[in-house]
Amino acid sequence: MGQKYTMKVFILELLIFLLGLVFLIPFYFIVINSLKSFSEILINTAAWPDQFQWSNYVEAWGRLKYPKVFLNSLIITIFSNLVIVVFCSMAAYRLVRSPNKISKILFILFISAMVIPFQSIMIPLIRVTSHLGLLNNIPGIIVMYLGFGAGLSIFLYHGFIKAIPREIEEAAIVDGCSSFCVFWRIVFPLLKPITITIVILNSLWIWNDFLLPLLVLQDPDLRTIPLATFFFFGQYTKQWDLALAALILGIIPLLIFFFFLQRHIIEGISKGAIK
Amino acid sequence: MFSRKKIYQILSYISFIAPAFVVFSIIVLIPFILGMYYSFTNWNGVSGSVEWVGLDNFVHIFKNDLQFRESFLFTTKFTLASVLLTNLIGFLLALSLTRMLKTRNLLRTVFFLPNLIAGLLLGFIWQFIFVKGFASIGQLTDFSLFQLPWLGDAKTAFWGIVIVSIWQGAGYVMVIYIAAILNMPHEVVEAARIDGASGWRMLIHIILPLIRPAITICLFLTIAMSFKIFDLNFSLTGGGPFKSTESLAINIYTEAFVNNRYGLGAAKAFIFFIIVATITTLQVIYTKKKEIEA
Repeated sequence: MGQKYTMKVFILELLIFLLGLVFLIPFYFIVINSLKSFSEILINTAAWPDQFQWSNYVEAWGRLKYPKVFLNSLIITIFSNLVIVVFCSMAAYRLVRSPNKISKILFILFISAMVIPFQSIMIPLIRVTSHLGLLNNIPGIIVMYLGFGAGLSIFLYHGFIKAIPREIEEAAIVDGCSSFCVFWRIVFPLLKPITITIVILNSLWIWNDFLLPLLVLQDPDLRTIPLATFFFFGQYTKQWDLALAALILGIIPLLIFFFFLQRHIIEGISKGAIK
Repeated sequence: MFSRKKIYQILSYISFIAPAFVVFSIIVLIPFILGMYYSFTNWNGVSGSVEWVGLDNFVHIFKNDLQFRESFLFTTKFTLASVLLTNLIGFLLALSLTRMLKTRNLLRTVFFLPNLIAGLLLGFIWQFIFVKGFASIGQLTDFSLFQLPWLGDAKTAFWGIVIVSIWQGAGYVMVIYIAAILNMPHEVVEAARIDGASGWRMLIHIILPLIRPAITICLFLTIAMSFKIFDLNFSLTGGGPFKSTESLAINIYTEAFVNNRYGLGAAKAFIFFIIVATITTLQVIYTKKKEIEA
């Protein structure tokens, strides 16, 4: 749009740039204060730290059991994505390629469940899953993420597969390839763009999720990053020096993830929203 | 009898769909149906006894549960304020950041950044800003707005949550609005420009009608998100002061897992479902209708 860089555009740029700085102020505050001693935070919150207190980070790292909770978050996110991608792409593929009454009913069930808020499921969920031994272990919560993620992921795969011409598969069937082989060799590679979108949307959701892990993972050794941060704040209320360092440790992995995949993430968000 | 080929086809159909569907049924469908059943019982979650009490829970909620009513009011007011402001700011950002600004890519990233971070962590970040950061800015500038006890007072705590939700959501809707603005048909925009349309008239007669679908999407997305607010609210104010900022989602959580009244909690969750499902269904119907018209 507007082609020339006029005075008006310059003023607009200046204003938006200032607003951008305002948006970043909270980050500035928590970063500088995470490097101060406790008394310094209380005396002068806005000032630059006198001396960098890296020991805050060392202590928060240890008390959070950071390597452990980071690994828990990572394992849960990666394996949940894996099972979601494998089983939802398979199901969506078959629902598209076998257009009968059952397929139609199943598809409607999957997508209409997307309107159910988590709060309307969580109370009985605890009872059902405890009977099945899914409570308080990592494989259990991965199974739950497959259940909760199925609706959106099948919906997105379904829309994408509908647009793939059938002829490609038929040639492979003639060559004597079984239906699994057709799917994994021929179809699945074609799904790469939508798989990327699905993995990004699910990763942001699962990595940041709080309430499900809070209800399901009671063992302190199984805590994820949001969960560990929550209990850390509960334990060290108002001990801002440690709490802020813990917050920054919690934020860093996602920032790294974002800077590597920025383009895909922004694309995924706009694609996922339009559906 | 079925032929061998037919049996093979059925088995293959089941093996593709069953894993996803079985897990989905156990995790989503069955608990959801059980939840509806529990909402008519007095189950307390601990003892095994589950007694049918008919409509007692619902009668109690509508007649005696003042806190539920307060939570409903808070959630509705919050949704209204947050949805309007988030979309307004997100749209203005998108409008500016599709102009020829030199720093536009950097700025898009900056505004989008808060959206990546877990709502729970955002709440904690802002707890520090409101409690310590604002106080120190207030000292430095003598600006009375920063000297208020932001999270200690019902009115300012409400706006505190609204501010954080805008900070979190504006960049998200901005991304969707930017995509819509960049997808506007070039000829139409150019033609309008040549005809001398600019500023307000361009915005009202050309841009807004062209990106209408995106506006609908963003409105409904933000309505659903705000109405279901939990994490951010939970860590920022915990529902306080004096439960004045307790969202419906927190109210249900507390009823079930703090007060251990699972039956009552399930009834609230059922009412919550009806409201959320109605909003979402309206969205789908409306979007489909617009698509057909277009």
